[in-house]
Amino acid sequence: MGSSNSTLSKIPNVDDLMQETGFTPAHIVRLYDRFQALDKDKKGHLSPQDFGSIKELALNPIGDRIIGAFFASGQETVDFHSFVRILAHFRPIDKNRPRDPNVPEPINSRTSKLRFAFQLYDQDKDGKISRAELLQVLRAMLEMQVTEEQLESIADRTIQEADLDGDSAISFDEFRKSLEKVNIDHKMSIRFLR
Amino acid sequence: MPSRTLPRVAAGLRSASERGLLALLMLMFLAGSVLPPGAASSPDLANRNSKAGHDHCQPSQELPEDRHNATKKAFPVLSFDYHHVQKPFEISLWVLLASLMKLGFHLIPRLSSIVPESCLLIVVGLLVGGLIKVVGEKPPVLDSDLFFLCLLPPIILDAGYFLPIRPFTENVGTILMFAVVGTLWNAFFVGGLLYGVCQIRGTDLGHVDLLACLLFGSIISAVDPVAVLAVFEEIHINELLHILVFGESLLNDAVTVVLYHLFEEYAGVGSVSMVDVCLGVISFLVVSIGGILVGTIYGILAAFTSRFTSHTRVIEPLFVFVYSYMAYLSAEVFHLSGIMALIACGAVMRPYVEANISHKSHTTIKYFLKMWSSVSETLIFIFLGVSTVAGEHRWNWTFVIVTVILCLVARVLGVVGLTYIINKFRIVKLTTKDQFIVAYGGLRGAIAFSLGYLLNEVQFPTRNMFLTAIITVIFFTVFVQGMTIRPLVDLLAVKKKQETKRSINEEIHTQFLDHLLTGIEDICGHYGHHHWKDKLNRFNKKYVKKCLIAGERSKEPQLIAFYHKMEMKQAIELVESGGGVKMPSAMPSTVSMQNIQPKKPVSDRVLPQISKGREEEIRKILRTNLQRTRQRLRSYNRHTLVADPYEDGWNELLLKRQKIIELEKKVGSFETPAASRSRWAEMTKMSNYLTVPAAAPDSPTMSRARLASDPQAYSSKPGSDNLPTIKVDLASPQSPDSVNLVDELSKRAGQGEEPDEDGGLVMKVPSSASGKDTKEDQNGAKDQQRLMRCLSDPGPSADEEEEDEPFLH
Repeated sequence: MGSSNSTLSKIPNVDDLMQETGFTPAHIVRLYDRFQALDKDKKGHLSPQDFGSIKELALNPIGDRIIGAFFASGQETVDFHSFVRILAHFRPIDKNRPRDPNVPEPINSRTSKLRFAFQLYDQDKDGKISRAELLQVLRAMLEMQVTEEQLESIADRTIQEADLDGDSAISFDEFRKSLEKVNIDHKMSIRFLR
Repeated sequence: MPSRTLPRVAAGLRSASERGLLALLMLMFLAGSVLPPGAASSPDLANRNSKAGHDHCQPSQELPEDRHNATKKAFPVLSFDYHHVQKPFEISLWVLLASLMKLGFHLIPRLSSIVPESCLLIVVGLLVGGLIKVVGEKPPVLDSDLFFLCLLPPIILDAGYFLPIRPFTENVGTILMFAVVGTLWNAFFVGGLLYGVCQIRGTDLGHVDLLACLLFGSIISAVDPVAVLAVFEEIHINELLHILVFGESLLNDAVTVVLYHLFEEYAGVGSVSMVDVCLGVISFLVVSIGGILVGTIYGILAAFTSRFTSHTRVIEPLFVFVYSYMAYLSAEVFHLSGIMALIACGAVMRPYVEANISHKSHTTIKYFLKMWSSVSETLIFIFLGVSTVAGEHRWNWTFVIVTVILCLVARVLGVVGLTYIINKFRIVKLTTKDQFIVAYGGLRGAIAFSLGYLLNEVQFPTRNMFLTAIITVIFFTVFVQGMTIRPLVDLLAVKKKQETKRSINEEIHTQFLDHLLTGIEDICGHYGHHHWKDKLNRFNKKYVKKCLIAGERSKEPQLIAFYHKMEMKQAIELVESGGGVKMPSAMPSTVSMQNIQPKKPVSDRVLPQISKGREEEIRKILRTNLQRTRQRLRSYNRHTLVADPYEDGWNELLLKRQKIIELEKKVGSFETPAASRSRWAEMTKMSNYLTVPAAAPDSPTMSRARLASDPQAYSSKPGSDNLPTIKVDLASPQSPDSVNLVDELSKRAGQGEEPDEDGGLVMKVPSSASGKDTKEDQNGAKDQQRLMRCLSDPGPSADEEEEDEPFLH
């Protein structure tokens, strides 16, 4: 298509992007349009306020964490590449991918998806979900409808269940293990990004 | 011990009692088949009896009777009046027969593992029908009214009420495709090709016209929920396949209804115009959406009603049943899809009703539904067998064989074709194995038969031929496909149902991921599945729950409910296994301030530090006492069943236990009494727990006493009076509200010892357990017994105590 080609040509390094994330040109164009729509001041990059203007996101209990995930540590802006890279996590898994140990995991593999989710829990980036971090998430999700004691009981029980090495925190491997029965492909994929 | 002279079948039976039962079954069998025909001769018997009575009394009453008009008969001491109770008697007999048959099958071990129950029941029906015919009577045919109004609704309600909503909504697109498009394809394929075959010369079927064929096709094409349920229940395949086939069987009702009525109307006329087809499409939409709407309305009504039933818990299940049945009947009045109405009603009302009703009502609903649906299913299959024998058949080799083949071919082609299209839209694709199971699981059943039976003989002269073909297809699918599906599932290594329950980790993380995906969808600007689900949830939480759920429960988030369910399950398991043996938080055993153990490493999930002998004793005592508790609580009089405030107190207890564990963790070393007391006060402060009004802050001694009497915390002290016996205080009828619980607690804190109250089992705390404030401990013990009461709904009132014999289980 003429218009999509022209859009594609506007984006720098679009081929690398497609290679890295596995998106088709149609996807890239669509995401680019969305990026433009969010970027109201036409700065060429997104800031937290742009995300904040999505009103459903404000209602989301973990909305601010999601927004935070887009911004790499220390940065204040998100360019299109990072935007697409983050969203690439939510592509459905390619089942027919050859398991080549030399090739790094694609962004939308099961492990990468889980790692992304794990990082949303683990805000201080120490590689573990501590009790306090879990409590924060629970508090956000349960939206003040329960008492502190209940939250603490739940948090304790959760850690108890998942914690295998006894450090009262959930590491990435424990996190992954506790979700081994859940169909992550289904739960962390958005259909249209296929 | 079976002797060697017994036949081979009986050799499989393990004991004489089972043989006896089977003999009884055979007897009932014969009695059931013979007796109804025998009813015809009852009036004669009655007369004969009275005459006999008259003759007998004649000598003594001669003189006075001669004076009056000699119409006075002697008073019949015993008379036989079967006619009076004939109908209910026969119905009961059939139901009894069905249930005994069901019982019998499971006594023959090998049989029930090879042959699915539905097959066996049809065979029984055939035998019974044969027997009746041999006796000379006309066996009853499955009356369509009886089927659609009495036998089908319980099964559908059971299915709808317990429909797993999550997998259903996740796959609703696929299910609808199979149900609507698949059934249409089946109907037209079978009907059309059958007409083509009928036109071939030499088959003697030239008189069957196109519309009749299409009608037949529409009857035979619908996958039957009863048959699917009956067979799939036993093979335990994974959730996805189960919901696909089952959901399809439920939702194709609308299509079947419309097609059936359409062709039936116009078969007489002989042609169908475009207008009629359009009207048919509109009718389909009306039938399905109307049915769902009717069901939803009744479901909301039921949920709303259940909000106010807190004072009349006994009739709660009734509302569920009656509203659902009304939904079905109301839909049937307008020829809407009754099945979809029933499903919608059950699915809509369930979350709200379950939040409102008591635990016992929930159990009642569950078991009644299962019971009714089970009996219905059994009766349907038996009647199917009987009707086969009873009906007039016209066997036409070509027609029947072609029908069977076409049904199979149509099903396979339909599934494969549709899956190809559907997989383009699915994230989790359907594999070939899945497709095979879906195709193979398309069983036909009694609905097809009943629809065929409804056909007017005059309008459709080929009705009998149709019926024969329908029955053949049903037999084929149920017997051949039903029997072979289990070995095929094993052969193909199809994934089976996950037996393990969800962990709380999975629950939390799944919710988290839901929120995450909703957020990402919002960022992408894509209004997908999650977006709408989230919107619906929000709407539900904000408006609907407030209306339909009573009291504070409306605010309870799903996670909390889940967590509580888990805790309750674990606590019950804990108590049943003899108390405190395997607490996952491996912490030091006693909290007695004098017996501080160093904190053990977590990996060493240890048992409490008491000697083996003591542990055994404790376990035995706990077990026997708890069993008595359970038995006692089961036997209740419906008039004294009071409201169960203590149900929620149970939650409190569990949370307190959690706290105790936590505290044990934290108390690593001996603390000063003051420090520990303040810590206790802080930790055990209970603010709003769900529906239980705020309990007064427990006094530290009370909580410590409670702790001390916790079986886990048991220190090894000799002496029988130190062993705990759990007291379950029977609820006195005058304390229905939980506020009294709290008041009692605070009241008692200041009182001295009281003499033992009415009955039940007593948990006495060994006075030296904590080593401090023994008097207060004993008070504490009395108080904490009140909490231990909440093992279940309060049982009988105190004066029913003499009813100590265990409830028959």
